[in-house]
Amino acid sequence: MDFQVVVLAGGASKNLIPLVSKEVPKPLLPVANRPVLSYVLELLEQSNLKDLIVVVEGQDAAVRVGGWISGAYVGRLRVEVAAVPEDVGTAGALRAIAHRLTAKDIMVVSGDLVSDVPPGAVAAAHRRHDAVVTAMLCSAPVSGPSESGSSGGKDKTKKPGRYNIIGLDPTKQFLLYIATGAELEKDIRMQKSILRAVGQMEIRADLMDAHLYAFKRSVLQEVLDQKDTFQSLRQDVLPYLVRSQLKSEVLLNGAPQAEENGNEKVNPLKNQVMLSQILANVSTPSFHELYGLGTNGSTRRTHKCCVYIASNSKYCMRLNSIQAFSDVNRDVIGEASHLSGYSFSAQNNIIHPSAGLGSKTTVGPHCMLGEGSQMGDKCSVKRSVIGRHCRIGSNVKVANSVIMNHVTIADGCSIQGSVICSNVQLQERVVLKDCQVGAGFVVTAGSECKGEALAKKEK
Amino acid sequence: MRPSVSTTQEFLKEGEEGVAMGVQRKGANRVSEDPEELTRVPLQAILLADSFATKFRPITLERPKVLLPVVNVPMINYTLAWLESAGVEEVIVFCCAHSKQVIDYLESSEWFSHPNFSVTTIVSHNSISAGDALRVIYERNVINGDFVLISGDAVSNMSLTQVLKEHKERKKKDSNAVMTMVIRPSKPSPITRQSRLGTDELFLAIDPNTKQLLYYEEKAEYSKGVICLDKLLLTDNPSISLHNDAQDCYIDICSPEVLSLFTDNFDYQHLRRHFVKALLVDDIMDYKIFTHEIHSSYAARIDNFRSYDTISKDIIQRRTYPFVPDVKFFGNSATKLERQGMYRASEVVQSRYAEIGPFTVIGNGTKIESNTKISNSVVGEGCTIGSNVSIEGSYIWDNVIIEDDCKIMHAIVCDGVVMKSGAVLEPGVVLSFKVVIGQQFVVPSYSKVSLHPQPTKQDSDEELEYADDSSGVAKILSITSTLEGSKEAMTSQLLEKQSWPTYELGTGGVGYVWSVCEGSHEEEWRHSIAPIPADKLAEAMQTTDDDLELLTHDGSVLPTAGELKPDYIDSDDDVNEDSRDESFESEVEEAFLRFVCENIKEENAISEQRTFRVTCTKSCADAAGVIFYSMMKLSLETPHSSPSELFNNAVNVITQWQKLLKSFLTDIDAEIEVILKFEEMCLESTTEFSPLFSQILWLLYDKEIIQEDAILKWDDEKKDADDFDKVFVKKSEEFIKWLREAPEEDDEEVGED
Repeated sequence: MDFQVVVLAGGASKNLIPLVSKEVPKPLLPVANRPVLSYVLELLEQSNLKDLIVVVEGQDAAVRVGGWISGAYVGRLRVEVAAVPEDVGTAGALRAIAHRLTAKDIMVVSGDLVSDVPPGAVAAAHRRHDAVVTAMLCSAPVSGPSESGSSGGKDKTKKPGRYNIIGLDPTKQFLLYIATGAELEKDIRMQKSILRAVGQMEIRADLMDAHLYAFKRSVLQEVLDQKDTFQSLRQDVLPYLVRSQLKSEVLLNGAPQAEENGNEKVNPLKNQVMLSQILANVSTPSFHELYGLGTNGSTRRTHKCCVYIASNSKYCMRLNSIQAFSDVNRDVIGEASHLSGYSFSAQNNIIHPSAGLGSKTTVGPHCMLGEGSQMGDKCSVKRSVIGRHCRIGSNVKVANSVIMNHVTIADGCSIQGSVICSNVQLQERVVLKDCQVGAGFVVTAGSECKGEALAKKEK
Repeated sequence: MRPSVSTTQEFLKEGEEGVAMGVQRKGANRVSEDPEELTRVPLQAILLADSFATKFRPITLERPKVLLPVVNVPMINYTLAWLESAGVEEVIVFCCAHSKQVIDYLESSEWFSHPNFSVTTIVSHNSISAGDALRVIYERNVINGDFVLISGDAVSNMSLTQVLKEHKERKKKDSNAVMTMVIRPSKPSPITRQSRLGTDELFLAIDPNTKQLLYYEEKAEYSKGVICLDKLLLTDNPSISLHNDAQDCYIDICSPEVLSLFTDNFDYQHLRRHFVKALLVDDIMDYKIFTHEIHSSYAARIDNFRSYDTISKDIIQRRTYPFVPDVKFFGNSATKLERQGMYRASEVVQSRYAEIGPFTVIGNGTKIESNTKISNSVVGEGCTIGSNVSIEGSYIWDNVIIEDDCKIMHAIVCDGVVMKSGAVLEPGVVLSFKVVIGQQFVVPSYSKVSLHPQPTKQDSDEELEYADDSSGVAKILSITSTLEGSKEAMTSQLLEKQSWPTYELGTGGVGYVWSVCEGSHEEEWRHSIAPIPADKLAEAMQTTDDDLELLTHDGSVLPTAGELKPDYIDSDDDVNEDSRDESFESEVEEAFLRFVCENIKEENAISEQRTFRVTCTKSCADAAGVIFYSMMKLSLETPHSSPSELFNNAVNVITQWQKLLKSFLTDIDAEIEVILKFEEMCLESTTEFSPLFSQILWLLYDKEIIQEDAILKWDDEKKDADDFDKVFVKKSEEFIKWLREAPEEDDEEVGED
């Protein structure tokens, strides 16, 4: 397939402090003990999309990511790692690597996607319709992205459009409208002309833009060149293409289609050719083609924005917040366990053969215990991931938490709903609830914390 | 799922058996104890025999719209015959303009004497809109249950069983589901949508699961190229379908609440523009409208000349079966269907050399001479058509005389018209009753000719059609009343006057050519029966293109500040806004006193005041201030002898109406407004309250009507004011001090959390 894939892997994402650090940039955050980026890469590999450019923010991070990739995927994927400055936005990142894009179509995917929706299906939909852009949509999780406790009765006003508000044509193949719920002021403003052309539009609030797009390269590059104020693919480029789909300003297939604005008189012969093409097509023409034919022999320039809607049973999450980090880890060893790539034991958990458990220590289902980790007596682990080479004392309770590598936990600690980064030391009887502990931090004996982020001061 | 399956099935059965059951039931009602049976009332329909519009002028100056013939049958017969066949048992015909003609016609027809199908009339000459009509009907108290609301220009053959069943089931689950609107998909191409019924473009938003109507917009100009949907709509509905491919059939199933809503909201005039819009926009009342989509059956409304043409053709093409020319229903004489959709009455005298083309109806007693060609047209009874005449796509009513060599294309020719030899009607011409066109005269496109002069000072058809424009109303009334009263005299007088200028209609021509005014000329082609000229179509497409241009030009859809105005403040109100501003206070006050006198429940009062506010486009703060003012005035007017008694009065009034007041105090500004208003009162009008200021302020605080923040903010605002202005701040100094000190601790606690 003539597809090039750009993986926007990000860097030191601010949302994920204190989980990310210089040593562990966002693409390398562990999900079930392997970097989150590996999920995307393997997903692409399954769809035989092996020509990749991984874009990382920051030179240091790029070196680390590149080192990991060359170790893990040598011979399997053709991966280039490119570093871009921080805060250039997704559109800026693509501009920076534009010279490396050569294929007819480009797939852009966010490096924090954990999903089992085949990208090949998106690519196929894109090609089938000869679309300018195809976006993958998946059903929005039932719970909101930021569940920060109960904020009282006013919750209802915030609820709508937590994710995206998306307008689709009746066949659910074309994207007619897209907006991010939270960014809308009050009204959803819909162009009448597009509604006139399509007749009926379905507006959905239960779909989420999965940040996996297929673009026609020529169009993408043209838009990035001409609209130099565009910062983000999601907020600028995609809405622009959707908005202008019946009054296209981009050149399809690199060749100008008609003369300049106004007098778009195309000879009727060409029109007939187009009509016969449409008639010859087995499928009914899309509204774009009908609209494009127009009246009185004039044609309009249109382009198509398509969607691929993943079925409800598929898993699709983005690791873009601390909450999402916990959720994704829980899901990958829980309900979406097929994503982890591990084989589960009869107890529905994964305990590395080299890991050691003390007496009366129980590890429940949907848990993971990494290579070389040792646990003392009378410990209990529920729905948690524990990394490699951790030293855990006796009488330690771990529930709904993620513990990364080389963590030392002394006796009598209790950890609930927390994330403990690598090389952290918890002294005796530490009680953590809903906390994040940054790498290398030492929690002194007897501390009790609730809902806090603990990290070393940056030097 | 539903507990009452048996009853709905029973209802189905009842619907099918229709009228015969209705008679039995009257007896059974008294003894039956089944609640369903007890509430069961005969199915009623309200038929509005006045369109409250002027789209069929000049014809409607002489004859009511519902009596205009459609394929040689007066329009109202289609509506009545359909209602009868659909199982409606009682029809209330509301007559306004030309009421005498309507009643005379109904009397002469068999509708009044029909067994099991009662037709009664209500006459009101003061009604200028559908809203007024429904208010009159409410006062008469003749509606006992769900009813079908329809205007006398609807042509349909749909079955009501399904939509009634849905409506009743919904109503049972949710008492706020007051109306079900029938819609029908229309063709999905923009070009045909423009032309088919000649109506305005319609945008609907419907919940695909519940079929609830969420948005309705028929006048496209208001918000230009975009539709604004409140994003809160997506709170309750994960998906919404937005339709541009639906057609409103103007057939509504309503619950009795609809009538009382019209009565409560005296400013509702237009069914769609006011009532539906208010119900959708104003969520306080929480009433809901649902839609019912029909696919196979026919329903449409004759709204303008274009839909007259379209629906006539649909009837000829039998899409409205059984209401077609060769099936005998009320008011038509038998015609015979011949090949190619040609209908001919039994006594047509036709020359052997006359050529009658497809999809044509020829009425009884009409004579057609040789070499005449008629196609796609309807010719009424008793017409005389000469030789070498060509008639295409036209509607010739009764007793028309067309002499030799005339040419008629896409025109409407009313009763008694005489066309002298060689006259030509170009597309879109309308000749009203008894007009005479002179020899060889060519009537230009879109002309309207009548014996009546065009009403002077008529701005445009559009404006008159909005019945709430008061000047327009007066005109309609004066016209109709003169017509009712002295029609005979006037006509004869007109005929005596033989001074018709020949340049208007040729030698021997009789009639006035109505001038088409500037504004509506542009729109004429939309409503006319003439086919839409190609250049107009192209123009229409161009405008849609321009819309797009606007939006994509700078890559942004952000509106200019002016456009952000909520679109329900629609231009209907703009004209009257200024006068309403002044009267707002007194009206709110009046309304409040009425609540008190009539003991109206608080909730009703809230919704009434609220809709009033919405229609006056006032802010909540203004309304709150006025309401508080009326409350204080009320307590002052209640007899009292000492300040303490006055205080007690105030306590009573505030306690009783606190909910009403509270419902307008949506934000802190409104609360401050109330304090400021109170201050103003104490200084100016009702100085009796000034000694009680701080006491009442404390009372408002205690009742949680006014929050502490508002009081403190008020205090802050007054800090820099003159001493004169600070009188009341001083009076309540102690209270404010207490407020400032006491809750400080609370604040800190909150901070810690």
